[in-house]
Amino acid sequence: MTVHIPSALRSYTGQKSEVEAEGRTVAEILSELDRRYPGLRFRIITEQDTIRAHIRIFVNDKQIQSLSATLRSDDHIHIVCALSGG
Amino acid sequence: MATEKGTASLKPAKGPVALLIGTRKGAFILRGDRARRTWKLSHPQFLGQIVHHVVLDPRDRRTMLMAARTGHLGPTVFRSTDQGKTWKEAKTPPAFPKAPDGQTGRVVDHVFWLTPGHASEPNAWYAGTSPQGLFRSDDGGVTWKPFSYINDDPQYREWMGTVQDGTPDGPKLHSIIVDPRDPRHLYFGMSGGGVHESVDGGKTFTTLLEGLDVVEGFDRSTPTVHDPHCVRLCPGNPDRLYQQNHCGIYRIDRPSKQWLRIGNNMPKRIGDVGFPMVVHPRDPETAWVFPMDGTGVWPRVSPGGKPAVYRTRNAGQTWARLNKNFPKSQAWWTVKRQAMTADAHEPVGLYFGTTSGEVWASRTGGANWTCLARHLPEIYSVEAAEL
Repeated sequence: MTVHIPSALRSYTGQKSEVEAEGRTVAEILSELDRRYPGLRFRIITEQDTIRAHIRIFVNDKQIQSLSATLRSDDHIHIVCALSGG
Repeated sequence: MATEKGTASLKPAKGPVALLIGTRKGAFILRGDRARRTWKLSHPQFLGQIVHHVVLDPRDRRTMLMAARTGHLGPTVFRSTDQGKTWKEAKTPPAFPKAPDGQTGRVVDHVFWLTPGHASEPNAWYAGTSPQGLFRSDDGGVTWKPFSYINDDPQYREWMGTVQDGTPDGPKLHSIIVDPRDPRHLYFGMSGGGVHESVDGGKTFTTLLEGLDVVEGFDRSTPTVHDPHCVRLCPGNPDRLYQQNHCGIYRIDRPSKQWLRIGNNMPKRIGDVGFPMVVHPRDPETAWVFPMDGTGVWPRVSPGGKPAVYRTRNAGQTWARLNKNFPKSQAWWTVKRQAMTADAHEPVGLYFGTTSGEVWASRTGGANWTCLARHLPEIYSVEAAEL
């Protein structure tokens, strides 16, 4: 499936805005991404396995709250940097 | 390195100095020559990252660690082994343990403080975080683990208080100090939570609070209400420490456990509130502070809009105002606790960065000052690195 990478994380993906990954859950996808792009996961997921405060993850157009959310092979995952700054 | 008691082996540095500057929008390196007259500012590194601390390892003079996060992304540590030319991210940045199911675990918001380990432990580093946590790396900052028992100890967790007990952007563990004579002798400070000491390499810690004032109406026997802003150990006499606290300036001479409020000797119209504390690299009688306005609603700016450094040369008995070349009025600066430092030259160079993005330097121990850089982002930390 396709994972859309926000600009803030593209230093990890070699500036790729989209990458392909396989997994049955969001957690598996993020583990796969972290294996290929070390450090990426901890920037968006806490040590308590929660999504960080200003990060949102959408599967297709639906925001997910849990990393255990299940996936289909044709899903599109969007990692989004939500409002924060100044 | 300090000898058992004295200063004989602490020779003045002669090499070029680089200022490692952490800001709200990235890191900068201001490289000086041997004379400390000519300075060149680097382009920003990690532009947009919130950088709380950048520190050179004095043991190899090549390794640098940087504590960073962004508004969106979680905390991490970047590591350079070529004096800041290239950087790699830590494999496992400081993080609290995963809590068992059904329990709420803590989350590191940002790494706030970095301290190189003892000279006899060449790859050891310590890190302090917000919320308060103490971490250690034994591989030069590549991997980090919780250090000591305090992060999960019920008593320490109580003393650390809640987010509401800490500084506005989160309670912080800071001022991690390693005694140059003994790697097992450690100090740290917590805002809030007080000053703590270990003599057994972190197996146990005890409070070091006697003599410290607290905000009126609170019980000074409660560590939670103590707010050390910055604690420094004198290289010239490791039994002497100075402290800038929320409630005054203090000195302690070990093995005494009693802090002495030397800030009472500051001019009353200035007071003795501030963030940074700077000690002389050789002379334990000499220290510097940068007072701020702690009256009323605590503006935390230079008193009266007239910035000044204050220096003691007699361990706090008297203080001298040093402000030559500073603006005479309408300069509403604050200098944060990691943003003022000294080099090891003779005469000592002093440096600080302001919340308004200026870097000031003195090659004369504070007698006169030059602005080295303007228009940087808000400065969180300045370290003088002897390259």
